[in-house]
Amino acid sequence: MARYIFSRVGQALLVLWAAFTISFVLLQAMPGDAVLIKFQNPEYGLSAEQIADIRAAYDADGSVVLQYVHTIGNFLTGDFGYSLQAGVAVSAQLAANLPSTIRLAGLAFAAAALLAVIIAVLSNISGFGRLRSFIQSLPSLFVSIPTFWLGIMLIQIFSFRLRLVPVINPGEWEGLILPVLTIALPISAPMAQILLRNIDEVLTRPFVSVARAKGASHTFVLWRHVAKNAFLPVLTVAGVLFGELLAGAVITETVFGLNGIGSLAEQAVNFQDVAVLQAIVVISAAAFVTINLAVDLLYPVLDPRLKAKLGGVA
Amino acid sequence: MTISPVGRLEGTVLPSPVLDVSGLTISYRDQSGTRTAVHGIDFSVAPGEVVALVGESGSGKSSTAQAIIGLLPENGRLESGSIRLNRQEIAGWPQKRLDGIRGSVISLVPQDPGNSLNPVKTIGKQVAEILIIHGKATGALADARAIELLERVGLNQPALRAKQYPHELSGGMKQRVLIAIAIALKPSLIIADEPTSALDVTVQKHILDLIDELRREYGTAVLLVTHDLGVAADRSDRLIVLRQGRIQEQGPTADILANPQSAYTQRLLADAPSLNIRQRRVAAVAKLTQGEADDIIIVEGLVQDFGLGGKDKGLRALDNVSFRVRRGTTHALVGESGSGKTTTIRTVAAFQKPTAGKVIVDGLDLSAPPRETLRLLRKKIQLVYQNPFGSLDPRQTIAGIVEEPLLNFEPMARAKRTEIVASTIEKVGLPLDVLQRRPHALSGGQRQRVAIARALVLDPQILILDEAVSALDVTVQAQILSLLDTLQRDLGLTYLFVSHDLAVVRQISDTVSVLNGGKIVESGAVEEVFEHPQSAYTRELIDAIPGKKYPLHASRPISTNSGNI
Repeated sequence: MARYIFSRVGQALLVLWAAFTISFVLLQAMPGDAVLIKFQNPEYGLSAEQIADIRAAYDADGSVVLQYVHTIGNFLTGDFGYSLQAGVAVSAQLAANLPSTIRLAGLAFAAAALLAVIIAVLSNISGFGRLRSFIQSLPSLFVSIPTFWLGIMLIQIFSFRLRLVPVINPGEWEGLILPVLTIALPISAPMAQILLRNIDEVLTRPFVSVARAKGASHTFVLWRHVAKNAFLPVLTVAGVLFGELLAGAVITETVFGLNGIGSLAEQAVNFQDVAVLQAIVVISAAAFVTINLAVDLLYPVLDPRLKAKLGGVA
Repeated sequence: MTISPVGRLEGTVLPSPVLDVSGLTISYRDQSGTRTAVHGIDFSVAPGEVVALVGESGSGKSSTAQAIIGLLPENGRLESGSIRLNRQEIAGWPQKRLDGIRGSVISLVPQDPGNSLNPVKTIGKQVAEILIIHGKATGALADARAIELLERVGLNQPALRAKQYPHELSGGMKQRVLIAIAIALKPSLIIADEPTSALDVTVQKHILDLIDELRREYGTAVLLVTHDLGVAADRSDRLIVLRQGRIQEQGPTADILANPQSAYTQRLLADAPSLNIRQRRVAAVAKLTQGEADDIIIVEGLVQDFGLGGKDKGLRALDNVSFRVRRGTTHALVGESGSGKTTTIRTVAAFQKPTAGKVIVDGLDLSAPPRETLRLLRKKIQLVYQNPFGSLDPRQTIAGIVEEPLLNFEPMARAKRTEIVASTIEKVGLPLDVLQRRPHALSGGQRQRVAIARALVLDPQILILDEAVSALDVTVQAQILSLLDTLQRDLGLTYLFVSHDLAVVRQISDTVSVLNGGKIVESGAVEEVFEHPQSAYTRELIDAIPGKKYPLHASRPISTNSGNI
């Protein structure tokens, strides 16, 4: 068991390092120069020498290898450098933007999971026999909708037509309703699809017949026997879907004009603010890796068979 | 479910049966329409009686059992007929109402213990559940009752077992757990649906003994569904022979075995290896005992270790295994699961390198095989597997499947290949029109013939038959065994026959090695080993073969029908 945890944590760190390195190389290879973009602006009225001084201060012309070593060292100590555009520490920008994105992503993820479970439950209870095929087609519908279009449509329908949720100066939580839905719908689709397929598959397994033969009702079997077995594979997918969640956040924050990591990333790309981009890439990678590590470590806890395979005999 | 109750005679003086089935008709719906699986059958089960429902696959025996307990698959339908349980008509009851009697009045011992327990729930919870569902106990009391039940079915350390998960128990132990669940509420009828077909023969005996014992103790009636006539003969009071959804005959077991009325039952009895102490097999090689020893397979001091990775200590799967197989004969490897049969044949087929010891196949030393030796070996030695459904690629035509091995060796003109494929298909007794079909269009027996054809197409000298007839119905099994016998004589083939079924081994082999825990405990000529077993383990294995109660003493010839199935 210790070996398993050790190797998974090691893999996670490796992925993180690779994400840092690849993004570093790509950002360095980008044509253009953030220092020039900002300070060549005639409004500043800076001379060529002054710009050269600034460049030296930012170490913009130093050796790439040195910069790499320097940056990775700084990252390890929690120093993400300074944003050229805003002129403040990147860590300060992150501190300002991260909480709202975490709230958005967390709520969206919870909403997606809830939606997936609702779809799965509705299509498996007897009362909805006729609606079953409609409910089962929902995931395919959800997964085909582009996030930006969905966001705009939700605003159109719920805010402008029905006037249910304000988008202009909404309350703190009110303003989250539509963005959360925008991210949650497409994410819930693959979860629901896998859940539905697994439930159908588990229902054909012999132990379900044995449970029925004990006198257990269909509902009892569904909750006490099928649910956990069907849910396990969804966990793996949930980890992977987290990546989509981050991508969804960028678009959604832009569409709804929310401050967050997504909108920060968008600005940083516009101004080639390398330090900010590098930090966002590493933060996103860290979040992705952590979630998947948690899933991997959770698996043996939920599935006794896996625990045995890993040598953790009770 | 809709049913139209059939009028019945009432008022017999006999004790009223626990189960009384009449006019039971079951159908299945699929894309091609509705197919009737059971055609209006009638039978009954008296209190405390064991009634065996025997038949081959597709006979409707499982459908009948499922219909009685109200658990037909979703596309199955109880068309008509009546099912009376303790004189109460339950056919047509909605599932909610059936929930009340399932587990308490009628219970199930399922076919496949390996998949019949929820893998993510503890044993104790799964046993306690039946008490909780029927409101007989809750919480700690239910858990304590579960442990008592586990003890009653003969599990050692029941308190520990209750905390374990299914994967931590062996197949036999799992079946005991399922029996504990089935008897928990002392039902009046237990449906045992092939309760031991997935278990080793010695475990089978213990499980059947346990069911017998509990049945006597509780006075429970048992409907035993089985394909194994030996098991049915040993364990039942009455026998019902089903074929294609119709009852061929039913009556007291002893009467049917002594004097079967229908032609089908006669054939079934003749084909059942366990019921027939066969006539001495005519040795495949006439001069078996004369002349120079011509051993095509020599295995000496074979050791196979499997590392479990890391610093875990490895597992010794084979320990000093030695045997020789004479050219043109059949050598059987018998043993229970985990005995090392499969490991042995995998090493002989050069799928893995031995840890120590020598394997020589037709003069080729496999201990340190160069690449070219391996290629030569592949032409000499071919395998036929147990499962004729899984071992054929469903997307290829039969012609493609049989042709494939030819493509792996020296180039050959297409016409020549087609010719070889056609002649091989004829050799295994299949009509040529199967060539353009795909596996799903063939029966189990036909598929196994295709698998044999694929093995033969390279003109090998050795066939490794890995439980090659174990998944087949007895009549089909008899035909395949007969085909193998013919092929051996015609082509001078050597067989390495791996099986857990000693009755079949006795029928087809010349020599035998008995494996237990990776060691050979006994080997020699088949008659010698079976008549005078030297080791206690071999004796136990032989004692466990079902079908001893009514030996038929070779009064019937082995079916020689090797025609198309």
